[in-house]
Amino acid sequence: MGIFGSLIKKEAIHIVRDKRTMFITLLMPLFLLILFGFAISTEVKNIKIVTIVDKHTDMSRDIEQKLAVNEYFTYLGQAAPGDVERLLRTGEIDAALFIRTDGDKLDTQIIVDASNTTSAKTSTGYIQGVLSGSSQSQPPILTQTLYNPQMKSAYNFVPGIMGMIFILICAIMTSVSIVREKENGTMDLLLVSPTKPGTIILGKLIPYFILSCIILAIMLLIAYTVLELPLSASVFNVIILSLIYITLSLSIGLLVSTIVNTQLNALIVSAVMFMVPIIMFSGMIFPIDNMPRILQCITTIIPARWYISAMRKLMIQQLPFGYIIRETVILGSMTIVLLGLAITKFKNSR
Amino acid sequence: MNSVVKIKNLSHKYGSTVALDDISLEVERGELFGIIGPDGAGKSTLYRILATLLNPDKGEVYVAGLNALTDYKKIRTKIGYMPERFSLYQDLTVNENLNFYASLFGVSIKENYDLIAPVFGQLERFPNRRAGALSGGMKQKLALSCALIHRPEVLLLDEPTTGVDAVSRSEFWDMLSQLRKSGITILVSTSYMDEATQCERIAMINKGKILDTNTPVNLVDNLNENLYCAAANNMFGLLNRLRRTSGVRNCYTFGATLHVVADTSFDPDQVSAQLTADGLKNVKIYRTKGDIEDLFIKLTRDE
Repeated sequence: MGIFGSLIKKEAIHIVRDKRTMFITLLMPLFLLILFGFAISTEVKNIKIVTIVDKHTDMSRDIEQKLAVNEYFTYLGQAAPGDVERLLRTGEIDAALFIRTDGDKLDTQIIVDASNTTSAKTSTGYIQGVLSGSSQSQPPILTQTLYNPQMKSAYNFVPGIMGMIFILICAIMTSVSIVREKENGTMDLLLVSPTKPGTIILGKLIPYFILSCIILAIMLLIAYTVLELPLSASVFNVIILSLIYITLSLSIGLLVSTIVNTQLNALIVSAVMFMVPIIMFSGMIFPIDNMPRILQCITTIIPARWYISAMRKLMIQQLPFGYIIRETVILGSMTIVLLGLAITKFKNSR
Repeated sequence: MNSVVKIKNLSHKYGSTVALDDISLEVERGELFGIIGPDGAGKSTLYRILATLLNPDKGEVYVAGLNALTDYKKIRTKIGYMPERFSLYQDLTVNENLNFYASLFGVSIKENYDLIAPVFGQLERFPNRRAGALSGGMKQKLALSCALIHRPEVLLLDEPTTGVDAVSRSEFWDMLSQLRKSGITILVSTSYMDEATQCERIAMINKGKILDTNTPVNLVDNLNENLYCAAANNMFGLLNRLRRTSGVRNCYTFGATLHVVADTSFDPDQVSAQLTADGLKNVKIYRTKGDIEDLFIKLTRDE
């Protein structure tokens, strides 16, 4: 077996024998995808609501009936006007709907618990939807949600989770494994051997590249089966772009390893320096368009931002490759620059 | 002159800390050469420079006849380097470690087995044990086997006996003298002064400077000091009093006794009578012959 083969075999043994790390590495993406896909949902369901009606008419009964059958509401019946404040305070209800009949017109007022703004906004929207459907004076507003008609939050999270997982796993694992060799002194022996630095680097990166591909396969499998993302030809573009992004993440890991000297530092740098910006600035959770100008500029240097944006276009909008050229070029150039920098720095360490 | 390692006016600094200060040294082919000095003397820095892992600030270094600055790639095939911490992969087995280092240098274990046999012999019983589960002595033997597997011309051993039990230490020195017979030049560093006598020649190093280079016997002969050994029931009291006694240049603990470096005016009988009168019991002072440690203390004091 050549030098290259032995380097890869050695690294594979490191990965396989460290059972706990391998277990976490393979299970974390699975766990996060399912967690964000199902449990953590920005959809609001089971809004507990009461109505306060001064005079029973057909119109008020119609509204009550609509609330009762709507799956987003838990209709708790009618309440006395004096009880509303107490019910909101104790949390027995989330919203109250006042219906006052004035001749043949209905006056309505929504009172909502806005201690959680997200759910308050959404429930107000739902209630308005119910009301607009029953009001004869206003025509109903037609809304069509493209690409994600059911507004599933899983759709939104899959690209974000993928963007985060690859940076975390690739950067942490490569940097820790290289720095471990520095700590143990085995890196010195690799360097004094006639092996070329380039071979050492490739021998390090390729096993983690393969591991990342396995993770990618697991995540795509879950996304397209359990989370029911629409499967189309764009999955090939998803894979190609993901491979670029994995290479980029590995380069970041390599670069980190040339800067720090202990495994702990490698872990802290990779986790803190990458995880926080990805969550805050990649558009994974907080929309970039809502950010102040300066923060928007900062997001442009975060690779995950471009990856996630492209993934949304490919996986949810199912657009062809032509629409993600900008993202691909940016990610590709970032990869080349970072990899070049990391290799130069590594070689200079002699 | 057939020197395998040649160092001329070598200096190296880490920031403002001087690690090596104008060192010159020559090691001949087939020599077992010791570099003796306390922790922080600059030994590991010297090794890193010889192993071509570090570029010196100043000076010339030749290893196996090649310039360490320009021909470092060629040097790397000719040296076997064993760093201070046994650089093994803890999660790889004994055989996997050896195989890995063999393939790194593009050699097979079979072709060089004769060289490592005396070292590796004891490890053959557990080829599948992970390196991390080996005892200190066994780790040391495995690390040495890995450093030897490509049949190097020069073996650089940086404190190979640190953290290893006394039996393994003496076994290790026996192995080194055997290896010497196969023509390998060995540079070994240690902070244990008693190991110095095992080397053919030694260089004593302290605070980045070489104090002296010679055979251990010649070095001790050159000690040329008026040396006494002293003991009493109360050793601490004895040390304090002797240090205040006139004619005593230096007094330090040496194993279970004290060593006293004295002027010619020092009269052991008179001093021990005086100390007994002062209340110390079982006072014994007698002439003794110094060894490497006494020399080292003398040289560092003279600095």
